Amino acid sequence: MKRRYWVILAMLFIVPGLMLTASCAKKAVKPEAAVSKTDDSAKKVPPAPPAPDDAGKSATLSAREKFMKQDVNFAFDSAVLDATAQAILKDKADWLKKNADTATTVEGHCDERGTVAYNVALGERRAESAKAFLVNMGVPAAKMTTISYGKEKPLDPAKTESAYAKNRRAHFVLK
Amino acid sequence: MVDSGNAGCGKTLAVKHTLLVLGIIMVGLLSTGVAFGADKYDYIDINNPLLRKVPIAIPFFKPASGNGAESETAQTGAILLSDTLSFTGYFKILDRGSFLVDDRQFDVAAPMFKGWTTVGAELLVTGSVALNNPQVEMELRLFDTYNERQLIGRKYTGNVKDIRVMIHRFCNEIMGLLTGSTGLFESKIVYISSGSGNKEVYICDFDGYNPTQITHNQSINLSPAVSHDGKWVAYTSYSKGKPDLFIQNISDKRTSVVDKKGMGISPAWVPGRLELSASLSFSGDPEIYLLTGTGKVINRLTDSPGIDVSPTWSPDGNKMAFVSRRGGTPQIYVQNMNSGQADRITFQGNNNTQPEWSPKGDKIVYTALEKGGGFNICLLGVDGKGLMQLTRGQGDNESPSWSPDASMIAFSSTREGTSRIYVMTAYGADQRRLMSTPGQQSEPKWSPGVTN
Repeated sequence: MKRRYWVILAMLFIVPGLMLTASCAKKAVKPEAAVSKTDDSAKKVPPAPPAPDDAGKSATLSAREKFMKQDVNFAFDSAVLDATAQAILKDKADWLKKNADTATTVEGHCDERGTVAYNVALGERRAESAKAFLVNMGVPAAKMTTISYGKEKPLDPAKTESAYAKNRRAHFVLK
Repeated sequence: MVDSGNAGCGKTLAVKHTLLVLGIIMVGLLSTGVAFGADKYDYIDINNPLLRKVPIAIPFFKPASGNGAESETAQTGAILLSDTLSFTGYFKILDRGSFLVDDRQFDVAAPMFKGWTTVGAELLVTGSVALNNPQVEMELRLFDTYNERQLIGRKYTGNVKDIRVMIHRFCNEIMGLLTGSTGLFESKIVYISSGSGNKEVYICDFDGYNPTQITHNQSINLSPAVSHDGKWVAYTSYSKGKPDLFIQNISDKRTSVVDKKGMGISPAWVPGRLELSASLSFSGDPEIYLLTGTGKVINRLTDSPGIDVSPTWSPDGNKMAFVSRRGGTPQIYVQNMNSGQADRITFQGNNNTQPEWSPKGDKIVYTALEKGGGFNICLLGVDGKGLMQLTRGQGDNESPSWSPDASMIAFSSTREGTSRIYVMTAYGADQRRLMSTPGQQSEPKWSPGVTN
């Protein structure tokens, strides 16, 4: 019973998610000034596609979608949160506090430049530093788990600086 | 007739092993001028980067009766022996076409040395084969052609399918005599391959033959390492949802999991003991711990904020090298296990990882990020002196691992596009791909032969 409920819920995210992906596939996150960044990303999210039943639900979905889609990026061999990263995390903290019953997994990822085990450790540092920031912003630690994937799950497999920049990330998955 | 050439212990082991497991009996030591190990020959110094390859003649073996199958075995046996020695990068195998001696005619036990020195051979291997299907009897001898004496003589009997093992045994003896270390040709390599669609742990012979999949969990598996007795493989697996350390018996699949919060990565077995060290993060950040063979924490070995990973042990177990970010970038440190004092040994570059301590004890091989962006294999004295770059200008080269006799290094490289496993001599010569199998291969770890 419970499982079915989750499946339906997951479908509700995935379907509009796919549409979103198709409509705004490009636009790499550029680690520039924090303010312009957040404004930019807010503009980037198009209005949520109308859901079959009610508009309120679809707005929630799009907020969740945005939460999951927006990664926090890092410099090479670093787990330090720059101004851009902190701005994104503040938004996430606000959302998480408003949705107090939602549990999050923070995934730490690395680019392919670096050796396997070291990158698993570095990915963990990234996930932990994002989590620590959220805890400091008032999100209960018990609602968050971390996992590192090292360099095993690149977002963009290309061997370019912009692909590497995208791959060095903390990614957020809502449960 | 028993094998009177080896030390008592080795003999017992060898005979038991062959009888029970392989069905090969090393029947005897063929009369040699020199008792094995009694005389120290300095034919090959694997520490010499300017090493000259030793020219060796390996004529086709002599078939006892000369029937077709026997003649074929005599030829394939000699070719396998040539390939095996050639694999090390330390020998120049002389072209059989240049030989002055008719390999069908000469006396395998008493060759005319002049005929061999004339064609440039400093060493000569002769063999004879008597095939009585499925039994085969093989006599193999190594000669020093300049000093005109026999260095090794062995007679093996067993099943035809074990010819590969017999020849590898003999090559082990040759390497033992010439370099002072044995074991290369009975060693194995564990590695990660994505051939099945997922990164799984595999094991193969030293030369890439007999690749066998060890894990089948369809998850992500990383960083395998085999215990000194060849029975256990430790690795990181995501099969329980996060990167945990697994310790698995290779033959019966019994598995222990280090079931702790956080991750368990970069296992390294302590030489000669069923204990291992690994980086665990249950305390909040990655620290290196000593564990029992079943994954119970014995004690914590590092204590510094930030990343501590990739331990590797000196052969005597008194020191441990590892990667730490305590100085701001990942660098290699050597820690004295008695005093606890850790000293940084790498000072060039901002990213030095994956140290592996040589089984001979004097050097550490590791992966360095160059200024230009490429990853390359470097060699450094354990005192931080004598830096030598072994790979350059050919893709990313990572995960160096010593052969058990310290004569060779395996590593992964993207020089041909996809990541594959390569080998080279201990000073970086003769770099070549070990195997060509589907998917990507990475993280080779050279290990002793698997025993039962």
